Amino acid sequence: MRKLVIAISMLAFAGSAYADPIQGRQALMKERGKLAGQISKVVKGETPFDAAAVLDALKALQANAEKFDVDTLFPAGSDRGDTTAAPKIWEDMAGFKAAEDKFLADTKAAVASPPADVDALKAQLNTLGGDCGTCHQTYRIKKS
Amino acid sequence: MAWLKKLVGAVIVLGAAAAGASWVLSAPVRLDAGTVADLSPGHAARGKRIFYAGGCTSCHARPGAQGDARLELVGGLELKTPFGTFVPPNISQDRKDGIGAWSEADFANAMLKGVSPSGEHFYPAFPYASYARMKPADIADLYAFMKTLPAIAGKAPDHRLSFPFTIRRGIGLWKLVYLSPEPVIALPEGAPDKVLAGRYLVEGPGHCGECHTPRDFAGGVRKGEWLAGAVAAEGSGVVPNITPQGGTKDWSEADIANYLETGFTPDFDSVGGSMVDVQRNIAQLTADDRAAIAAYLKAVPPHPNGYPARKPAS
Repeated sequence: MRKLVIAISMLAFAGSAYADPIQGRQALMKERGKLAGQISKVVKGETPFDAAAVLDALKALQANAEKFDVDTLFPAGSDRGDTTAAPKIWEDMAGFKAAEDKFLADTKAAVASPPADVDALKAQLNTLGGDCGTCHQTYRIKKS
Repeated sequence: MAWLKKLVGAVIVLGAAAAGASWVLSAPVRLDAGTVADLSPGHAARGKRIFYAGGCTSCHARPGAQGDARLELVGGLELKTPFGTFVPPNISQDRKDGIGAWSEADFANAMLKGVSPSGEHFYPAFPYASYARMKPADIADLYAFMKTLPAIAGKAPDHRLSFPFTIRRGIGLWKLVYLSPEPVIALPEGAPDKVLAGRYLVEGPGHCGECHTPRDFAGGVRKGEWLAGAVAAEGSGVVPNITPQGGTKDWSEADIANYLETGFTPDFDSVGGSMVDVQRNIAQLTADDRAAIAAYLKAVPPHPNGYPARKPAS
């Protein structure tokens, strides 16, 4: 029952601003993962390279990064609760924002020069995936 | 921190009771002459693979360094553990501050026996308890590769430990219990070469068990819970269970190999924490090496998580 209530309230929030910043940032991160997954399948040869579809995925990543407003999503006090955000975020807000800005810049660069083939896409995914790791190295805690 | 008090108590009692005997037993033991004589000149090109498998840069690169600057092994990272703060030293080729003046035998004694050229024990924060399982030929290759790296002056600060861990000689007793060149997991007769190769990489140079296995009161790895995951010794959070009963149980061997190459999990979460450096190092190995690691991880005995369940939000 509790799960159902949570599911319904999550649906209610979907598409609009999240009341809870933790849920909001987690939803954006989940979407990032999904998009990275779509791109990765092409790099691994599991789905054929389709330039238009790839560009759509990259554009969606850029839109996601633009929505990722650190001030709104990581307000003071949101280090508590069901979150894996590291306290380091609030200790080094400038560093955290710089990591996020780099990801946004890298998505823009990818959209600005759409990959013509799998190799070009692979290089872009390496850059973007590297951003994921660099940020998670310092600013996320593994809890389970 | 009741356990810490117990530990200190246990160490003091043991120490008093066995002071005489332990002085003898705790003496640093070097490699025997035969092993040293068998060390042939290594090949730097092959040593590069061992260097990345060993993850030397993760602790010995200048903290925060990126790209080629990670090959400047000046040390200085701070590992804050329950025993105190360990600071990995300068292992660049500088003759005064680094290891540039070390002979191949000095290097092998450090890697395989945890003994310094001056005959002191190293603290096992330097994972020689794993490196002790490495082949001498790989040690020689690694030595040759490290000779090609830059010499950078500058000593890293000393460790800052609390008593009784300040007594290096005590590590000799620790070694009697925990230092062995034998594999952790006895694989069945006729186990595939791939699994054996993975065992070597994981248990030896890769030293995966140092973080992914829970430790006992003396800081030794609990081999009965090999790779079951652990509360992080350093920092906060947990290091995941990577046995076939852990969070990776639904990952295929290809998923594991792909994660080690790209940093993406099968559900496209990304690598995080101290595993980021590890993954970037392992990405430098060959696809065969990564496949071997994956095959071994599927072959180890399953264990429940070696860390407490995640607490619900407070």
